[in-house]
Amino acid sequence: MNAIPAPILMMENVTVDFDGFKALTDVSLNLTPGDLRILIGPNGAGKSTLCDTIIGRVRPTSGKIIFKDQVITNLPEQEIVRRGICRKFQTPGVLPTLTVFENLLVAGRKNRAWYRSFTTKTPPAETARAEEILTQIGLEDRRNIIAADLAHGEKQWLEIGMVVATDADLLLLDEPTAGMGPTDTQRTAQLILSLLGRHAVLVIDHDMSFVEALNGYVTVLHQGQILAEGTVAEIRADAQVTAVYLGRAEDAEPAHA
Amino acid sequence: MTFQKKYIFAAAAILFGALAPFIINPYELSLLGRFLALSILAMGIMLTWGEAGILSLGQGVFFGLGGYALAMHLKLEGLNLANGDMPDFMVWSGVSALPGFWYPFANPYFSLACVVIVPGAFAAAFSWLVFRRRVGGVYFALITQALALAFSTLLISQQAYTGGFNGLTDYSTMFGIDITTEYAARYIYWITFLFVVAVYFFLRWLLASRYGVMLRATRDGENRVRFLGHDPVPYKVVAFGIAGALAGIGGALFTLHAGVVSPALVGVVPSIEMVVWVAVGGRNILWGAIAGTLLVNFAKDQISSAFPSLWLYGLGALFILAVSFLPAGIAGLFRPGSGEERVMRRILSRRKLSTAE
Ligand SMILES: Nc1ncnc2c1ncn2[C@@H]1O[C@H](COP(=O)(O)OP(=O)(O)OP(=O)(O)O)[C@@H](O)[C@H]1O
Ligand SMILES: [Mg+2]
Repeated sequence: MNAIPAPILMMENVTVDFDGFKALTDVSLNLTPGDLRILIGPNGAGKSTLCDTIIGRVRPTSGKIIFKDQVITNLPEQEIVRRGICRKFQTPGVLPTLTVFENLLVAGRKNRAWYRSFTTKTPPAETARAEEILTQIGLEDRRNIIAADLAHGEKQWLEIGMVVATDADLLLLDEPTAGMGPTDTQRTAQLILSLLGRHAVLVIDHDMSFVEALNGYVTVLHQGQILAEGTVAEIRADAQVTAVYLGRAEDAEPAHA
Repeated sequence: MTFQKKYIFAAAAILFGALAPFIINPYELSLLGRFLALSILAMGIMLTWGEAGILSLGQGVFFGLGGYALAMHLKLEGLNLANGDMPDFMVWSGVSALPGFWYPFANPYFSLACVVIVPGAFAAAFSWLVFRRRVGGVYFALITQALALAFSTLLISQQAYTGGFNGLTDYSTMFGIDITTEYAARYIYWITFLFVVAVYFFLRWLLASRYGVMLRATRDGENRVRFLGHDPVPYKVVAFGIAGALAGIGGALFTLHAGVVSPALVGVVPSIEMVVWVAVGGRNILWGAIAGTLLVNFAKDQISSAFPSLWLYGLGALFILAVSFLPAGIAGLFRPGSGEERVMRRILSRRKLSTAE
């Protein structure tokens, strides 16, 4: 009935304290189902820590995280994933000795009970979905290669594919274009845009050309606090953001500007 | 018709194994039988170390549990317990009555079940306690080594119940059949060989199943697997439990062949030796584990009878050589470029990077 759908994820006043160092201070954030959110901020701003907190790798010192109307703040990691949040790590986390296709199958298992693994048969629906994702991430011709042999950019895509394969409603993508050239960066942007609707996506990145290609709602994090929120244009125009971040980022990364 | 080389090789190995009692002399047969029994344990190490990435330096414990479970029965066979009969070593130690926990072992079926269940369940329970607290890697290896030390110390100190340093030896019948004859030795060999073949095919199937894929996934990236919504602990516990059960079966068969089980076979040094067999043979290839066990043990038999003091140095050198130059073992040489060796190198270098961070 509402014009604005209820948020899929709400972070309420989350603070993370690493032995006296506040990596996040009083952060509140709402994410909309099926929608894109871009999180930017200088190195050490706390972007990865924010993801870590959502998926239970880091526990907040105070504050609450609510996913689909349920508090998930202290659930075990695998339970949080099973509720529908999956995360891509900053350093590619593919499984190196498994083939590309096996990586997708491991990620895409519907029944995750260990005692259901003593079979050589994969349910046809899972195989079909893995094939679909393989095409979506553009790695059809790499299907039976072990993941260790992929190029760096291909590993990033594979990990995005794995996260997608879990069919989570919320995907957290930590620097999916790190180490990519301009062409691959644009491809990655297209890939992420193709995921929206079916998944809500939170993307962390440094690269402004990538952020512009995505053209979504942006949250700027600085020293563990939210500095600004708005569209890409609004963020670009924000004097404070330019001072702490944009100017520096573009100086530091002229190749992507 | 064209046959692939590997099928010819496999068929030849099985044929030789089955006909060995008619080909080699009884002394060689008894060695081969012992070493094949050990290779059952080695296949378990291949499963945990190679496929699950869990290095155990305490497999001797599970080997011992299996060996002692059977030997306890063998010591009781033919005794009249109702009459107050006791195994010889208990009489010498001045024990007045057979301890309660020995009684059930008078039943051969109970004893045989214990050979598999005691080490299997103990390995599973022990590893569950450790893995669920997210302890792994070097720490796990150290804990298992401590376990091996504790186990052999316990066996030695409880002379009256365990036979102490000498272990359990000097038995002659099972199911009423004399097991000391050359004729019986053949059958014991064949039973061992059958176990090797059955375990080989069972593990092949297991590693090709979804479980096998999950196990390698857990080895490659435990955190990645956890953050895909899987609980990595049960996969590792099952692997360690199976390896424990296989070590127990190996221990029982070895005891039958050797006619003795003693603390000297289950402590720290033998446990490390077991890992060396697999390192030499190849920890990611099943037949490599068997080949490595046979090769190292036949070499040990030759070297230690000629130069007894040299063997431990040789063993150490072999381990260093295998780990630094042949990460996929001898079996890896037969699959150039097909992955195992390359992958193990990558994993080793990745481990180095991640510990440097
Ligand atoms: N486990 C931890 N213990 C102590 N401090 C930590 C821990 N994890 C992160 N930090 C600190 O928290 C701050 C935020 O780190 P975080 O990785 O979240 O930054 P980021 O915004 O993702 O940076 P980058 O752009 O470099 O990825 C940094 O100063 C980091 O050193
Ligand atoms: Mg980061």
